[in-house]
Amino acid sequence: MVKREVVGAHYGLRDWLAQRITAVVMVVYTAVILSVVAGLPRMDYWQWKVLWQTPVVRYATVLVILCLLFHTWIGVRNIFMDYIKDPALRLALYVLTIGALVWYGVWSFRILWSA
Amino acid sequence: MRFSIYRYNPEADDKPRMQAYDVALEPTDRMLLDALVRIKAHDDTLSFRRSCREGVCGSDAMNINGKNGLACITRIADLREPVQIRPLPGLPVVRDLIVDMSQFFKQYDSVKPYLVNNDPPPEKERLQSPQDREELDGLYECILCACCSTSCPSFWWNPDKFVGPAGLLQAYRFIADTRDQATNERLDNLEDPYRLFRCHSIMNCVDVCPKGLNPTRAIGKIKDLLVKRTV
Amino acid sequence: MGLPVRLFDAVIVGGGGSGMRAALELARADLKVAVLSKVFPTRSHTVAAQGGVAASLGNIDEDNWHWHMYDTVKGSDYLGDQDAIEFMCRKANEVVYELEHLGMPFDRLAGGKIYQRPFGGHMRDYGVSPVPRACAAADRTGHALLHTLYQANLKARTQFFVEWMALDLIRAQDGSVLGVTALEMETGEVMILQAKATVFATGGAGRIFAASTNAFINTGDGLGMAARAGIPLQDLEFWQFHPTGVAGAGVLITEGVRGEGGYLLNKNGERFMERYAPNAKDLASRDVVARAMATEIKEGRGAGKDGDCILLKLDHLGEETISKRLPGIREIAKKFANVDPVKDPIPVVPTCHYQMGGIPTNYHGQVVVPKNGNPESVVPGFYAAGECSCVSVHGANRLGCNSLLDLLVFGKSAGEKVIQDLKQDGKSHRALPNDAGELTLSRLARLDGQKSGERVAEVSADMRRTMQQHCGVFRFPDLLTEGVRKIKDVAERVSRTGISDKSRTFNTARVEALELDNLVETAVASLVSAEARKESRGSHDRADFHQRDDANWMKHTLWFKQGSRLEYKPVHTQPLSVETFEPKARVY
Repeated sequence: MVKREVVGAHYGLRDWLAQRITAVVMVVYTAVILSVVAGLPRMDYWQWKVLWQTPVVRYATVLVILCLLFHTWIGVRNIFMDYIKDPALRLALYVLTIGALVWYGVWSFRILWSA
Repeated sequence: MRFSIYRYNPEADDKPRMQAYDVALEPTDRMLLDALVRIKAHDDTLSFRRSCREGVCGSDAMNINGKNGLACITRIADLREPVQIRPLPGLPVVRDLIVDMSQFFKQYDSVKPYLVNNDPPPEKERLQSPQDREELDGLYECILCACCSTSCPSFWWNPDKFVGPAGLLQAYRFIADTRDQATNERLDNLEDPYRLFRCHSIMNCVDVCPKGLNPTRAIGKIKDLLVKRTV
Repeated sequence: MGLPVRLFDAVIVGGGGSGMRAALELARADLKVAVLSKVFPTRSHTVAAQGGVAASLGNIDEDNWHWHMYDTVKGSDYLGDQDAIEFMCRKANEVVYELEHLGMPFDRLAGGKIYQRPFGGHMRDYGVSPVPRACAAADRTGHALLHTLYQANLKARTQFFVEWMALDLIRAQDGSVLGVTALEMETGEVMILQAKATVFATGGAGRIFAASTNAFINTGDGLGMAARAGIPLQDLEFWQFHPTGVAGAGVLITEGVRGEGGYLLNKNGERFMERYAPNAKDLASRDVVARAMATEIKEGRGAGKDGDCILLKLDHLGEETISKRLPGIREIAKKFANVDPVKDPIPVVPTCHYQMGGIPTNYHGQVVVPKNGNPESVVPGFYAAGECSCVSVHGANRLGCNSLLDLLVFGKSAGEKVIQDLKQDGKSHRALPNDAGELTLSRLARLDGQKSGERVAEVSADMRRTMQQHCGVFRFPDLLTEGVRKIKDVAERVSRTGISDKSRTFNTARVEALELDNLVETAVASLVSAEARKESRGSHDRADFHQRDDANWMKHTLWFKQGSRLEYKPVHTQPLSVETFEPKARVY
């Protein structure tokens, strides 16, 4: 086979930007949640449960979990792109990573809705 | 003064080794290059590149006590003994301190480092305001010594695909030039997860640049332009 | 004949400013061209030029090429050829604008035009007062220029042979040049590069002196090759000592510092140039300033611990101007002189800087030698440009900024001439002589076979010391005579040097030995020519003949390697279109 460098995928910006935007979302969410928790008069299991049953918090958390998963995906894929040279192995690792992330996502939503 | 220098001659050595040198320096030997020249006067088999001996030609880049730099502007007095000298990391060694730089130059070439302006040239100079010209400061001064690119892990892992800090600095030098008309093509050329986005802004390049340039900032400006173009 | 041969239309030896300017011309002409360079092209010594390139653009004050021409003729101490000087000064604006169009990052004036600064010897109105004529990119003009030319050549797809060293010139029976032998440094392979046109752009040999602003690679390779092939070397007694090399280190501090308003002080804090050049002061031409400094030091008014240097003051320019216009100088002063010029003056001494002489050429870049009574018969197929050539536009002393101009103008015209000549009769390659490459092979075989021998480093150190002691700013008859004897002795020793490294891969010991062969030819030529010239002119200042002697010595020296013989040829006093500038006393 011809050994040729193929470059110019014309993506990368979207991912780079997404990684930054998701990071901002996560930082804002973390700050808000922490301040809400700190502002509570007392902290017990019922309070905690009520907090996560509040629709705003619940949907914000869904958003943040999606952000986290996407952020992780970009970051982990970056590491694979840096170090894993074999395309087949890299593709396999991608699939494994996506599988794991989807699993984490489903798991997180189940926890959230069981609250 | 004691030195420990990387030696490898493909004709004689199976693998590289570090060779110790004990040299009596003269008071006129102020820079590391002076010391290397003195060592070479005794052992002419030691090979390294050098030319201007004042830090403008970029020949004598090497890894000095673990950090990339130019031997000719590295003061001997500032070095810890024994001074460990190795070739630039991440490039194939031809012999001793001489590395094969073709991959580095290939990446430089790949950004089309020349002015593109398809208007017929005026009779005199193209005008450019001093403010516009100032945009090129910190960019055009690059001496292509490769200290930056060979200190960048992303370039070590993907020298064939990642342009590297030196090439990206020059890419931005032409993007920033008001006389250049190929900004879009240049951005197209870089919009790639490898070519540009292997830079994770760890700033090793800024740390080692012997001319005090800041490739990370230039790379950031390229990314800004890409965002501006998309958003 | 044992060497492999590769065929080209043209071979350019040297990848500095003139070589790449010539290459650019040839690349546009659809010719098969090889550019050989000992170093990656942007590492060539043009990169170290600082102050600017001279052109009478008149962007700040009124200026024209007539004044520039007058200054250059006067600066040359009337040894420059006036046809060539007119040619260069008239072409100046064109080549500078071309460079700008290629992308050169010149500094700019408020209106957007190219920034210009005053420089030594460049005056308005035929020598009345300094005029800003040096087109500058901060104090990195050479760097900006060389990179721009390299980039333009990348665009034009020029074929570079990087880290190839040309070793010897190949000439046919009738004297025409057929190419060179060359060594690929990485593999140690030697080849014949045969060409219909061979252009030398190999730079100077400033490394023959102990104190030099020149790079290690400036070993006069073109001069050595030419001399060995029977081509004479012209005017090599004229070496420019730059007034401001960092004391002890030799690193150049641009004249642009004085162009921006800096000046020289002796140990008493006196601005002594007012005494030597009341009008131009610190911006007199370089030979005048260098001599004044040497005189101050000699007469006990030198500064520094040992009273052996002069101080270059520029702190009064202010940090802003220094950082904007002279950033590289500040860097160099801090690194090599341990002073920050924003606060303290830089200790400087006159330091060997530029070779006015070289391979004799006309202003088309063609190499010319005496033949059958014609002092300037063209050597077919052989061209030279830049510092290795002697056109002669610099005569006995070069003006600052005229070297970058020289390499642009004559690099271009050599390229144009090659194209023209190849169009006329460049159909096929001529047969190589049977002994082509033999000289090279014997030189290499000697180095390989030499079991013992003096170290290259020792012999070359002796050569540099000899030149420094016997052929410096001031020249004395007894020292010159002794110098000639000594340097011939050194040349003898050069033929017996030995290297312990016999390997093929990137053998820099071998390269240095081969370079010394070239250096020593230049050194011998310089001392022999200097000893013979019984007058003082430009940079050549003799204690026993203190005056310029136009009646007997307004002529070019030609040194031939064979028998170390000298000949002379007349100066071209007739310009192309204007009237001759008659020699007169040179005051600044």
